[in-house]
Amino acid sequence: MKNILLVLQREYLVRVKKKSFIIMTFLTPFLFVGFYAAMIWIAIGSTESKTIEVLDESKLFINQFKDTEELKFTYINEPLDSAKSAFTTNKGSGVNALVFIPKDVLDHPKDVRIYAAKNVSLDLKSDIEKTIERQIENIKLTEAGITRKIIEDARVNVSSETISLNEEGEKSSSSGAATIIGGICAFMIYLSVFVYGTQVMRGVTEEKTSRIVEVIISSVKPYQLMMGKIVGVALVGLTQFVLWILLTVLFISAAGYAFKDKMGDNPQAKIEQVQKSMPAGGAMSTAATSAGNDNPVTEVLGAVSSLNIPYIIACFLFYYLGGYFFYSALFGAVGAAVDNDADTQQFMLPITMPIIISFFFAQFALRDPDGPLAFWASIIPFTSPIVMMVRVPFGVPGWQLALSMILLVLGLMGTVWLAARIYRVGILMYGKKVSYKELGKWIFYKI
Amino acid sequence: MNILETHHIVKDYAEHRALDDVSINIPKGSIFGLLGPNGAGKTSLIRIINQITGPDEGKVLFDGQPLNEDHIRRIGYLPEERGLYKKMKVGDQLLYLARLKGLSKSEAMDKLKIWFTKFDIKTWWDKQVSDLSKGMQQKVQFVSTVLHQPDLIILDEPFSGFDPINANLIRDEILELREKGSTIIFSTHRMETVEELCDYIALIHRSKKVLDGPKKQIKEQFKTNTFFVEHSGTLNGLAELYQITESRVLPAGLTRSQIRLPEGGSPNQLLQDLLPKVEIHSFGENIPSMSDVFMRAVNEVPES
Repeated sequence: MKNILLVLQREYLVRVKKKSFIIMTFLTPFLFVGFYAAMIWIAIGSTESKTIEVLDESKLFINQFKDTEELKFTYINEPLDSAKSAFTTNKGSGVNALVFIPKDVLDHPKDVRIYAAKNVSLDLKSDIEKTIERQIENIKLTEAGITRKIIEDARVNVSSETISLNEEGEKSSSSGAATIIGGICAFMIYLSVFVYGTQVMRGVTEEKTSRIVEVIISSVKPYQLMMGKIVGVALVGLTQFVLWILLTVLFISAAGYAFKDKMGDNPQAKIEQVQKSMPAGGAMSTAATSAGNDNPVTEVLGAVSSLNIPYIIACFLFYYLGGYFFYSALFGAVGAAVDNDADTQQFMLPITMPIIISFFFAQFALRDPDGPLAFWASIIPFTSPIVMMVRVPFGVPGWQLALSMILLVLGLMGTVWLAARIYRVGILMYGKKVSYKELGKWIFYKI
Repeated sequence: MNILETHHIVKDYAEHRALDDVSINIPKGSIFGLLGPNGAGKTSLIRIINQITGPDEGKVLFDGQPLNEDHIRRIGYLPEERGLYKKMKVGDQLLYLARLKGLSKSEAMDKLKIWFTKFDIKTWWDKQVSDLSKGMQQKVQFVSTVLHQPDLIILDEPFSGFDPINANLIRDEILELREKGSTIIFSTHRMETVEELCDYIALIHRSKKVLDGPKKQIKEQFKTNTFFVEHSGTLNGLAELYQITESRVLPAGLTRSQIRLPEGGSPNQLLQDLLPKVEIHSFGENIPSMSDVFMRAVNEVPES
């Protein structure tokens, strides 16, 4: 045991002291926060107001364009040609675009033109188009004898709130937040199994190719060496996670402080705007709107807090470690079986395939967390670390979780045993092209 | 008293038998040469002594007790294929290896300081191993092998990769360690090393032990009972009494002859017989070198 600790300590310190570890640890949260900060910055930066001239020959749109903080509409009444030449000669007058609506717009809606010195943004274009469309629609409906009132009465706004109903009674649940949390957890496990599993493999091959392994195993048992390495790298991974979370929180508060004065009196709106413009933000606001509230951020926070966070963290740690041990042992065995990194490819496929498949299954499980595929994939140890983590935030029956955990523990004991058998033979075997058949024999060698 | 005894060791690998009934005794305080051609089974035997593998049959006694895990820290092992962690500082690495052998951190530090002073390598402490030359790495590895003052030191080709100055330095250290009570096993096929340093030898060939015992005694066994004589004049009539195996003329005009004594013959008798015939410039017995012994022992074993 003392030897395992010594090995573990070395493996941990060597990796944590590496420049690449330190850079990754600081850079990742920095980039993450920086990316969001940049989006907010852009959103704030684009608030200078624009003036749009409207030349409405049809006279149908007077006062239909609503001024906003960013857009000011002015109406002009002169021939198009003179308006155009005025627009081009008075560039400095602060008019950013000229909207021309022809007389027969009702019959030829495609003849609407927007003139601008530079290309107008898609947002502006669609705003203008929508306003015109709505007005034309109104006019045509009115002509057909249908008033705005009828339409508004006919429009029903359904927004259902999902309520999880169980022994504890009704509780406002949030499938949106569960989806996000589950997805993030599964992705983190997927990534770390790959990243840290490969590190274990590299570490083993390094010891083998540098030939230090013979010296080491004259002091410690191969099993101790392997376990020390696997656990040491696991702790490196946990350290990185913890630092990422802490640093992200730190950077966010720092960024928040820096932006405080810029945000002015309506920071919420800005954040909302930013979120809408991003895919992830979109998912978040879906979560928010499903609960039918105006304030998406507090709503998401509320939704997240409706989930049992300590329970999810506990499950995450279990499946992170379980999945990692399950696969890193196999990665270690591959590292021991080959002479150098280049030869690892032939044995990698059977290990990486189930991990990649798990990730696919996880996406199905996100959509249907209680379906048969999600169920079986979250029970079988090869896929359970990733797929079960998707299901956990949605709520999983106790027996399923217990079964999945027990099977995972049994499974990882199996892979560790198998890996140890291959490892003890492999680390002393040089210059031999190893086949699967050969590996099979090693398992039953007596040493 | 033997520090290590192996009794009838058998070790089988999938396709071949690596060791076949190998019994050796290594006396305490000796320098023991473990000889044999490549692939004879030396490394297999060493791995068994280091408990890297176990024998299929037979037993190993260390200091009178069956070999067990407590003995690991009493053994120091320098494998033929040297290796250190490349991206680790010399000092950290030696500390780590010493602690794996059961030394406490402070003990290891104290001992390391002594060795770093002795080898005059204090400036290496914070260097990465990959920044050292091969010879320097060998020195570091030698320190790691003997740092915990093992009772038994196993050195597999210890001088390969050293320049003559450093090889001498290492040789002196080995002799000093022996003075302090350690026993040393040399696994080598460099016969000059064996000639110079070993007290005892064992020769393994084709998985079997073919020879063992004190070096002197083995040389005695391999004596051919021939004498050389450098003389002027011709050995007329001597051939009736003795077998002259070789006679060649040296550049200085002398002749060097190899003469084999008959059973029960003595060198004095030979001299008496020579005196009337030729003028003797030098005379001596042919003592077999270790490499003669090695060659003959290995060639005598029939191909199996």
